[in-house]
Amino acid sequence: MSPVEFKRIPVREQSPQERVKNFQEVALGYNEEEAVAEAKRCLQCKNPPCRSGCPVNIDIPKFIKHIAEREFMEAIRELKRWNNLPAICGRVCPQERQCEQPCVMGKRGDPINIGKLERFAADWELEHGVEIPSLPEPVGKKVAVVGAGPAGLTVAGNLARAGIQVTLFEALHKEGGVLVYGIPEFRLPKKIVAAEADYVKRLGVEVKLDVLVGRTITIDDLFGEGYEAVFLGTGAGLPLLLNIPGENLNGVFSANEYLIRSNLMKAYLFPEFDTPTKRGKKVAVIGAGDVSMDCARTALRLGAEKSMIIYRRSFEEMPARREEYHHAAEEGVEFHWLTAPVRILEDSGNVAGLECVRMQLGEPDASGRRKPIPIDGSNFEIEADIVVIAIGTTPNPLVTMTTPGLKMSPHGTLVVDKKTGKTTRPGVFAGGDVISGGATVISAMGEGKIAVENILKYLEAKW
Amino acid sequence: MFRILRKEELAPSIKLIDVHAPMVARKARPGQFVVVRVREEGERIPLTIADWKPNSGIVTIVFQEVGVTSLKLGELEEGDQLQDLLGPLGQPTHIDKFGTVVCVPGGVGIAPLFPIARALQEQGNMVITCMGARSQNLLFWVDRMRSVSDEVLISTDDGSFGFHGFTTDLLKQVISRGTKINMVFTAGPAIMMKKVAEVTALAGIPTIASLNAMMVDGTGMCGVCRVMVDGKTRFTCVDGPDFDAHKVDFDHLLSRLAVYKAEEKAALDLYLKRRGVK
Ligand SMILES: Cc1cc2nc3c(=O)[nH]c(=O)nc-3n(C[C@H](O)[C@H](O)[C@H](O)COP(=O)(O)OP(=O)(O)OC[C@H]3O[C@@H](n4cnc5c(N)ncnc54)[C@H](O)[C@@H]3O)c2cc1C
Ligand SMILES: Cc1cc2nc3c(=O)[nH]c(=O)nc-3n(C[C@H](O)[C@H](O)[C@H](O)COP(=O)(O)OP(=O)(O)OC[C@H]3O[C@@H](n4cnc5c(N)ncnc54)[C@H](O)[C@@H]3O)c2cc1C
Ligand code: SF4
Ligand code: FES
Repeated sequence: MSPVEFKRIPVREQSPQERVKNFQEVALGYNEEEAVAEAKRCLQCKNPPCRSGCPVNIDIPKFIKHIAEREFMEAIRELKRWNNLPAICGRVCPQERQCEQPCVMGKRGDPINIGKLERFAADWELEHGVEIPSLPEPVGKKVAVVGAGPAGLTVAGNLARAGIQVTLFEALHKEGGVLVYGIPEFRLPKKIVAAEADYVKRLGVEVKLDVLVGRTITIDDLFGEGYEAVFLGTGAGLPLLLNIPGENLNGVFSANEYLIRSNLMKAYLFPEFDTPTKRGKKVAVIGAGDVSMDCARTALRLGAEKSMIIYRRSFEEMPARREEYHHAAEEGVEFHWLTAPVRILEDSGNVAGLECVRMQLGEPDASGRRKPIPIDGSNFEIEADIVVIAIGTTPNPLVTMTTPGLKMSPHGTLVVDKKTGKTTRPGVFAGGDVISGGATVISAMGEGKIAVENILKYLEAKW
Repeated sequence: MFRILRKEELAPSIKLIDVHAPMVARKARPGQFVVVRVREEGERIPLTIADWKPNSGIVTIVFQEVGVTSLKLGELEEGDQLQDLLGPLGQPTHIDKFGTVVCVPGGVGIAPLFPIARALQEQGNMVITCMGARSQNLLFWVDRMRSVSDEVLISTDDGSFGFHGFTTDLLKQVISRGTKINMVFTAGPAIMMKKVAEVTALAGIPTIASLNAMMVDGTGMCGVCRVMVDGKTRFTCVDGPDFDAHKVDFDHLLSRLAVYKAEEKAALDLYLKRRGVK
């Protein structure tokens, strides 16, 4: 047996100086040799702890073993038994908190780079031609899926693989949800999202874009048209604002608007694409989650001289993935910790800057993190011409408002039984950000898989 | 994709298209709108549902060519396909038996006010329409408005037809008659709606304005359409487009509509240059 290799095979990346000038992908991924070498580091544990860290329970050592033995097609087949969207998950999952965190190798050296191996296998298949598994005989049942984000795509794909006739309704003009409108091209190329959505369509799912359920058609209409169950994967798309003076000035964006213009509408290619955006010189992003990092890094690529993250707590409490923080810092994003905006400053209708106050940390609050407390009289100003508010989102209440029998929690999320995905209305299931209020791609997919099992049981009981 | 079944030029640079969109036609109500994308590289723009026929699946749109997207829309011919059309969006107009109502459309503001006036008349209201245009050749749908109003007054800015002046002057005339007006509905350029609101505030007449804020998604996701109503932030696409005109901060709306002026102009110049070359 070869000696244990403690160091990871490094992942090639575009250099920070180069990549801030373009929207191309930052991490370049493994080639065959690198992937095989990394896969060979895996110890093939008998009771693999990595697997229990995976929200969709992928048989991780098994797919890695196929890579180590250069059976790339087998590797992707294994992955797709558990996960319909591996090229996406390999790129955006927080593996350091999931499968890689408990990896045995991590105790003595670097954990196996499971995410980049997943990405490698998925990209290999996209390059060599995607295999469509053979589908069972149709069982003669129709199910409607609402929302084409990761939750909806997973549910639609898995139901189709169980012989169910699926129609997927999406309000926007493209499939992918946050994957296509929120996460930037430089982290998740849109052609990858399109390819994985295409895979779901090739499993027999009929996609109807430009349909806003609740307006174009209601849940009651869907049942009336013969759909026997409905899955809601409508996400959490409603932006939260700060409610501070100056919020409606020109130059103040919600993170959603800033990212939708750039990602979904490709405003960085204006005027070849028709949607414009503002290319600020000094951009201040409020909040320090993954969304904030995406906004701050987008600002640099749109030509900002200065891109700042303004956060009321400190580095320790920052919710963003460390990898994303690291990438942002490398690219030159400035971090203003323990700083809270109190007012957006105006210059004849436009943003001129932020008035901020310094904070200190007190006792832990309900979230378990130390509560930020303003320091009296510490107000100061930060110059900016664009302010992006990235402090979170909540579910859009449209579907709940237009569907009798659905219950909403005080936080605006849909009330479901977490073990089955059942909402308070018979035949209606839900999963993803609409029930969590905002989590991860893979948790949305995990909740989708739970719902699929229970939709199938529900349909069977009605058979 | 959504096929254009019929196209009509109503006035110079004002066009009508009938689009095949059965799901939208089935659900449309007065005051609602659609978001349209002309082509793959296109932007999403909001346009009112000016009329609809549930049985034949037709949605009628009336638009003015003011910039790149509306010009590109105007290039499409019968038989061509629109890339995207999403709707019906927004809260339908609240229609009730108010008594006597006055509708004040300006320019393509006729698009929302035609179905609103029709519904108001069907509910048994006495409907008076004060409509206007810059000049006679820009007037359209006069007959249509007559067919859904008990009385139609017309003005032109240059006096080429009807009363020489603005629609707000017509509105003042109607108010000065002394008959009780229970409600005013207005739609059109923001500056005109602001003026209408000023007139009716003085006269103490409740007024609804159909706001034309800038939009992207039209579903409540981006917040670009936010307006200030009664000091609070509201999203035009989901909370509106109808709001109490006396509580709308029109100056704020006007300033937000001008945010992309420079970009719009640059895009227009490029478009006209390329079209010229063709
Ligand atoms: C900028 C950003 C970066 C992120 N980065 C990461 C990351 O790196 N890793 C990670 O794991 N997670 C990340 N997340 C979180 C992750 O993207 C979400 O948790 C995940 O997308 C949720 O999936 P979903 O299917 O529940 O909803 P969404 O992805 O939000 O999809 C919902 C879809 O439903 C549609 N819809 C809504 N209402 C209706 C309706 N009434 N009718 C029809 N369609 C409707 C929407 O248009 C949308 O397409 C990020 C989120 C954002 C915003
Ligand atoms: C709910 C709603 C319903 C609407 N219904 C109609 C309709 O039925 N028919 C119609 O012709 N238009 C309607 N509009 C306005 C229409 O959306 C704009 O005219 C369109 O977006 C212009 O796009 P463009 O690319 O052609 O012009 P741009 O290049 O975006 O703009 C060109 C010029 O038009 C002005 N402009 C841009 N957007 C608007 C706007 N929203 N309102 C007023 N002026 C604007 C700009 O300030 C600029 O001077 C509606 C708007 C809303 C919000
Ligand atoms: S825990 Fe690490 S070493 Fe063990 S099987 Fe999983 S990836 Fe391989
Ligand atoms: S248009 Fe995006 S929220 Fe209204």
